[in-house]
Amino acid sequence: MTDAVHATPRAKPKTGKGMPLAVAMSAAFLTVICLVALFGPALAPHDYEEANLLYRLKPPFWSALSVDGYLLGTDKLGRDLLSRLLLATQVSIALAVLGTLIGAVLGTFLGILAAHRGGIVDEIVMTMVDWQAAMPFLIIALAVLAFFGNNFYLFLALMGLYGWETYARLTRGLVLAAREQGYAVAVRALGAKPSRLYLGHILPNVIGPLIVQLTLNFPQTILLETSLSFLGLGIQPPLASLGQMLGEGRDYLLNAWYLAVIPGAVIFLTTLSMCLVGDWIRSRLDPTQR
Amino acid sequence: MSLRYVVTKLLRALFTLWLVVTFVFVVLRLTGDPTDQLLPDDVSPQIVDYYRTAWGLDRPLWEQYLRYVQAALQGDFGVSFRNNDPALDLIMQRVPKTLELGAATILAALLIGIPLGVLAAIWRDSWVDRITMTISVLGFSMPNFFLGILLILLFALQLRLLPSSGYGTWAHMIMPVFTLATAFAGSLARFTRSAMLEVLSRDYMRTAEAEGASLSRRIWLHAFPNAAIPVVTVVGFYVGAIIGGAVVTENVFAWPGVGRLLTSAVGDRDLAVVQGIVVLVAMTMVTANLLVDLAYGWLDPRVRVGARERGR
Repeated sequence: MTDAVHATPRAKPKTGKGMPLAVAMSAAFLTVICLVALFGPALAPHDYEEANLLYRLKPPFWSALSVDGYLLGTDKLGRDLLSRLLLATQVSIALAVLGTLIGAVLGTFLGILAAHRGGIVDEIVMTMVDWQAAMPFLIIALAVLAFFGNNFYLFLALMGLYGWETYARLTRGLVLAAREQGYAVAVRALGAKPSRLYLGHILPNVIGPLIVQLTLNFPQTILLETSLSFLGLGIQPPLASLGQMLGEGRDYLLNAWYLAVIPGAVIFLTTLSMCLVGDWIRSRLDPTQR
Repeated sequence: MSLRYVVTKLLRALFTLWLVVTFVFVVLRLTGDPTDQLLPDDVSPQIVDYYRTAWGLDRPLWEQYLRYVQAALQGDFGVSFRNNDPALDLIMQRVPKTLELGAATILAALLIGIPLGVLAAIWRDSWVDRITMTISVLGFSMPNFFLGILLILLFALQLRLLPSSGYGTWAHMIMPVFTLATAFAGSLARFTRSAMLEVLSRDYMRTAEAEGASLSRRIWLHAFPNAAIPVVTVVGFYVGAIIGGAVVTENVFAWPGVGRLLTSAVGDRDLAVVQGIVVLVAMTMVTANLLVDLAYGWLDPRVRVGARERGR
């Protein structure tokens, strides 16, 4: 895992073929994270809520004081850190994936709508875009959580609302440009319905930049979720998220630093890997990139 | 820069502010009757009615809205549920501490990010370039709460060089400012680099070289002022990110600023304080964007009125 960090100087987009080492390692790490998100909790050695007060704050395997069966040690209640980490990874990744997808679909739809209808619809959508871009989203999210109280679905909706404006602005511009091209004019002249024109013909042609935006947005969504959960205002116990584990672990920095550092390292390596892979995808899709 | 340009931007800023205040009002009313939340369940209907009248909740919605906007214009956001202090006073006590943190962060990011970006552009593909790009990728993906905790572990708990948290001396500032500034310095360096690369390939740079202008003269007198235009805009956008980052960083280092007030107010659902902070943040953002637009118009005479600009 640490190698990926040291290898980053080579992560610059290369013009040649083939995948730089850091990008390959990032892709491998992301694959592991995805597998953990899918199957992790099923493989957990303990129940994530199972507390064993006899084994509180036990260190991980590399320490002489570690306890068999608790590979990464235990937290303040004697809960297995590994089992909690597996669940937290699933929760954090699921929220980030769902949030990113909701934002992408919503933003793309509104972007197409704005480009198609023009006029007042365009004005309204773009005013909302400007407005959301003008406010730091963390503040909006905190305000909404204060006004409505915290619950899981509201939290998920917030993840989805984060970043929609970048897709909307991007899609609108791309669609406006694509509509004037030969193929789009031809499809329209043949009498295709708007839904068919946009979804069947234009969207597949402008999908590249949208995918790049997806790779940029995903790490940001993870950071938003983990930040809110770290502050104790996101995912609530007994459920665990990586940010929430880190937030709980910071109270034990002096005698059990691994409680905070291990979940933090998972977050950091996930966002770092996603950034490196995203950079690489961008350089593949756009040959004019420096 | 014409007067019309300034006025257009100013009106747009005021419109955004009005939207924020309206949004807060609508959301507050959507959450239901405040008397349900604030008064105990077992109070008599007469007392509920008394408070409804006292808080103006029996008036028509449009009148409530006008009163709300009027109060907000005078900086009156109501009183905190916790101790009945006016929300604005509580917020204003914290503002200087957050400003201190934010100003030091922007200064540090500029002092580190711009020279690094310029050097990375001049010595493209050298080790300076590699290190700069690595820092920018690491800074972009490192969660600031995790960076803060690693710093506390290393400098406060292991080496015992710096206080782990709190406010007071300059030593208390080092870790929070470093935590906040790293990401911005990295992305500023990246941005400066690409802006400089763009400018360095222009014809006038070759002309300057042919005229025998020295390297430092070419860089700082010819290239940098032109590259500074996109950089200025980016600095404006950092204001929002710094406010968001300050919320988290202040919590990590127990810095007594607005961000910590906001998180505790959200936890307590102290709505007067939360809405006061939201409006204050909106004002800050609108002002920052306005300054960016004006600086942009001043630096780049090509910016004309009526050219539709969309945020970044």
